[in-house]
Amino acid sequence: MLKLPVYLDNNATTPMDPRVLETMIPYFTEHFGNAASRNHPFGWEAEEAVDYAREQVAKLIGADPKEIIFTSGATEGDNLGIKGVYEMYAQKGNHIITANTEHKAVLDTCKHIEKLGGEVTYLSVQEDGLIDLKELEAAIKPTTILVAIMYANNEIGVIQPVKEIAAIAKKHGVLFFSDATQAVGKIPVDVIQDGIDLMTFTGHKMYGPKGIGALYVRRKNPRVKVTAQMDGGGHERGMRSGTLNVPGIVGFGKACELCRLEMAQDTERISKLRDKLETALLKLDEAYVNGNREHRLPHVSNISFKYVEGEGLLMGFNKNIALSSGSACTSASLEPSYVLKALGLGDDLAHSSLRFGLSRFTTEEQIDFTVEQISTTVLKLREMSPLWEMFKEGIDMNNIEWAHH
Amino acid sequence: MAYSEKVIDHYSNPKNVGTLDKASKNVGTGLVGAPECGDVMRLQIEVDDATGIIKDAKFKTFGCGSAIASSSLATEWLKGKSIDVAATIDNMDIVEELNLPPVKIHCSVLAEDAIKAAINDYRKKNGLEELLFEEKGVH
Repeated sequence: MLKLPVYLDNNATTPMDPRVLETMIPYFTEHFGNAASRNHPFGWEAEEAVDYAREQVAKLIGADPKEIIFTSGATEGDNLGIKGVYEMYAQKGNHIITANTEHKAVLDTCKHIEKLGGEVTYLSVQEDGLIDLKELEAAIKPTTILVAIMYANNEIGVIQPVKEIAAIAKKHGVLFFSDATQAVGKIPVDVIQDGIDLMTFTGHKMYGPKGIGALYVRRKNPRVKVTAQMDGGGHERGMRSGTLNVPGIVGFGKACELCRLEMAQDTERISKLRDKLETALLKLDEAYVNGNREHRLPHVSNISFKYVEGEGLLMGFNKNIALSSGSACTSASLEPSYVLKALGLGDDLAHSSLRFGLSRFTTEEQIDFTVEQISTTVLKLREMSPLWEMFKEGIDMNNIEWAHH
Repeated sequence: MAYSEKVIDHYSNPKNVGTLDKASKNVGTGLVGAPECGDVMRLQIEVDDATGIIKDAKFKTFGCGSAIASSSLATEWLKGKSIDVAATIDNMDIVEELNLPPVKIHCSVLAEDAIKAAINDYRKKNGLEELLFEEKGVH
């Protein structure tokens, strides 16, 4: 049975797994205690639940539970990780290296650091979305304190060569921070094997609740410290004050456990569906996958349908299929996706892109339906597109003097 | 963003999609916008030489639903009008008719520009002076 509407915007957020919700419920009502209350059973229960969840979270990424700092989500983790290192290691230097396809939570944090007097290098990526390791190494200077490169990109799903980045950072005595929001829970991530020093991730991208995430902060080889960005009761080993979100933490822990146990089978099924979707859509003329297809998350695909505008395309089926586009018109800014532009795509191709994010709950019927709807709409809109007509007539659109408005 | 009923109707059943012979002397073509901006509109009018009445109008648009609806509506309005009256169509009439939100006003401006460009193309082909239009500051 086809279940509508189809949700394929799982890079934005995932539905919560009902098993996660079930674990959380008692912690809203019965076990409502403050995990910092040391003198009564309500506090003890809450603390015990948090400890258990901390183990579940740590286990998913190969960390020690003591290395997990609970946050409100990935944005906070990006802020705390980057600003926290900048402040803590001020005596060593003030230079940070990142890439121009990072999430806004990283880029805007870096912009903030520049205002504070720090120096930031923004590496450009190659056409396939991967950074150039030689460029990274060349950018390191004596004042460099941090390399901040994401694990996998939220728009194109491209996975950066994390181990190699870590090795370069280590060789130069520089810390390595990774925003792994899209990767954790979807592909194997192991902070020891990967050599990551700080890493942020969040519950709601992996079938857990919103408003809860974690920052991994390495305790050994080297021992990393971050300056707290919020003052208060000194929770989370003094790095993140604020009463712990116990139900959220419990749910996050459960979500991590489910991902750890079910990742292999989920990935096998979801990647097959993704490939089916992609193969079918690429049968359309002038359809292109954006980003490296080999080093890529198994549930993500980003495709440009040339000569069709993304928002116009979405409108053909958005009552039944939830997707997002790199088109300017879908955002308030009227600027197309900076990630796609960073790959060297022209604005026209960036405007023509759709981002697909599949999940544990995506079915084959939904994928078949999506292929049929998108194909029909692309063909219909191309019949209506003056650019498609010019392309078919062999007119070189680069030679036209467009009236830029 | 939710679209108005009228935008959805024009998007689902666009009026007058197509191409007129741009080499013909009584066809005026307006091509406005740019692929990089995410909107390109081509609007064409076929004018009766004797009466100056627009006999037919066609469009093709690359753009969002509001851009498609604006151009579809424009072709409907153009048919049967004299080119002088057509030149007075204002983008705000389109905004009002389609209930376009502020972020989509540029779609209506583009449609107005396309109408004017088509009229001037026709005038130029027929040895008439091109009309000077006030620049809209909304782009």
